[in-house]
Amino acid sequence: MITIKNLSKTYRTKKQNITAVDQLNMTIESGEIFGVIGYSGAGKSTFVRLLNRLEEPTAGEIIIDGKDIVKQRKNELRLARQEIGMVFQHFNLLWSRTVHQNIAFPLEIAGVPKKERKAKVDHLIELVGLKGRESAYPSQLSGGQKQRVGIARALANDPKVLLCDEATSALDPETTDSILDLLVDINKRLGLTIILITHEMNVISKICHRVAVMDTGKVVEEGDAVHVFQNPQQAVTKRFVQQLDGSEKYESLSSAVLNEGTGTIIKLSFSGENVNQTIVSQTAKQCDVDINIMQGNVLQTHSGAVGSLFLQLVGSETEVEKALNFIRSANVKAEVQELV
Amino acid sequence: MFEKWFPNVDIADLNTAIYETFYMTILSLIGTFIIGIILGLLLYLTSKGKLWENKVVYGIVAAVVNVFRAIPFIILIVLLLPFTDFLMGTIRGPSAALPALIIGSAPFYARLVEIALKEVDHGVVEAAKAMGAKNSTIMVKVLLRESTPALVSGLTVTAIALIGSTAVAGVIGAGGLGDFAYFYGFQRRQTDVVILCTVLIIILVFVIQFIGDFISNKLDKR
Ligand SMILES: Nc1ncnc2c1ncn2[C@@H]1O[C@H](COP(=O)(O)OP(=O)(O)O)[C@@H](O)[C@H]1O
Ligand SMILES: [Mg+2]
Repeated sequence: MITIKNLSKTYRTKKQNITAVDQLNMTIESGEIFGVIGYSGAGKSTFVRLLNRLEEPTAGEIIIDGKDIVKQRKNELRLARQEIGMVFQHFNLLWSRTVHQNIAFPLEIAGVPKKERKAKVDHLIELVGLKGRESAYPSQLSGGQKQRVGIARALANDPKVLLCDEATSALDPETTDSILDLLVDINKRLGLTIILITHEMNVISKICHRVAVMDTGKVVEEGDAVHVFQNPQQAVTKRFVQQLDGSEKYESLSSAVLNEGTGTIIKLSFSGENVNQTIVSQTAKQCDVDINIMQGNVLQTHSGAVGSLFLQLVGSETEVEKALNFIRSANVKAEVQELV
Repeated sequence: MFEKWFPNVDIADLNTAIYETFYMTILSLIGTFIIGIILGLLLYLTSKGKLWENKVVYGIVAAVVNVFRAIPFIILIVLLLPFTDFLMGTIRGPSAALPALIIGSAPFYARLVEIALKEVDHGVVEAAKAMGAKNSTIMVKVLLRESTPALVSGLTVTAIALIGSTAVAGVIGAGGLGDFAYFYGFQRRQTDVVILCTVLIIILVFVIQFIGDFISNKLDKR
């Protein structure tokens, strides 16, 4: 779908040259949600703006659907842009236009006749859940609603690709979740390829299939999102993984707790492959053990749970052994914690 | 009643004067609006980082605007006499005042237009670009449309300044309330005429300000 070859962008200022994007190579498959994560200044915005040439690349190729965007002339580029939707951190809606008129704007640009425009906009308003608010002005909407307008507007010309630059960064956590749900919904329903830029790890973990970690203009790590979390190689990536509720803290149990506890303490590790989410209650049903949840940090990702959970199992030795085998048979790693 | 308070005022002459003031204000306002929008857009678009970024064009337009804004109106009228004569075929009467009025206030309005356009969020322009909009669409549907409240309040300020200028233009025989007050009031010492003209001009200014604020507020959906 999108192939990026040796893409570079150098900003030339009087004082210095800043290479914001440095020799990037990437392939993004059709229909996937591809996340790009990095700290502020890593070059994420520059990268995504290169994709529709809001910034002119210094070098490289961007092939979207077989066409090299970099080589396109002005008019070709305008038409190509109509097939690339873009969603912004600060929404960038026209405040002089109502919700309906804002969503109709890209259709006006594409020269869609008025009647068709209306039908299309009505459909989009329904899709993003803004029915009843079509004649409101942006100033009368909440942040989440504004972003829904932004998304509907980006979808108006049936794009093949949706670029989201920090689309949820100006929103509170709950609104963020609802917008992410909307993006997943759109991705599934329309089969749209989504490129999502963020500095928040939970955004990636919740919806991205694949992720690229950017640092000083380069991709330092790339791959299946769950895999990259579980085996972070680079220091930057490790820092992002820790961002997930400071998961480091939950990686081990303090020795005081371990020694005081009766029964057997085990650590379950979820690696994202296990779909069986009722493992704890099933173990209790299948085996004659009492289960006490000690502590844990489990994150639900699009491909299952990731994280660890400490359980205390109280019961006879054979029943505890049976419980362990049962858990392991469900493809969850279970380790008995030794007393110190 | 009227005759008791304003014994020296000739109603027919006053009507003509009011008509001439309206005539000069409205026509010069239209001219100022058109030229001001064009110059203002040019200033905005050719400035750094904008659609038509061009240092040379920006420099020239900015210089012209500054020069004409710096010349006091009364001197501008005199300087423009040959041009006015060439354009209008006369240097007397309300029509003859139009070139000076427009040339005097268009640069002022152009600066207000430039300021109004600068206030438009650059992100919105960028969003329109990302949608594949033509520059002309961005100008009309984004830049001008999003800045209408500011364009209208700028026009209100300009209109009020223009009324002052029409009164000054009266000195060279352009007609209107200024001329009326100067002729009867100053040359013939008929104070009642001066007072009446002043009151009328004040009312006119208030009405324009009121209408301008009303329209601007109606358009402002921020
Ligand atoms: N227009 C510009 N001119 C000069 N430098 C820029 C410009 N835009 C971005 N940069 C620089 O490029 C680098 C990457 O910026 P950006 O892509 O915005 O990062 P991110 O979105 O990851 O925070 C930063 O060092 C930034 O200062
Ligand atoms: Mg950014």
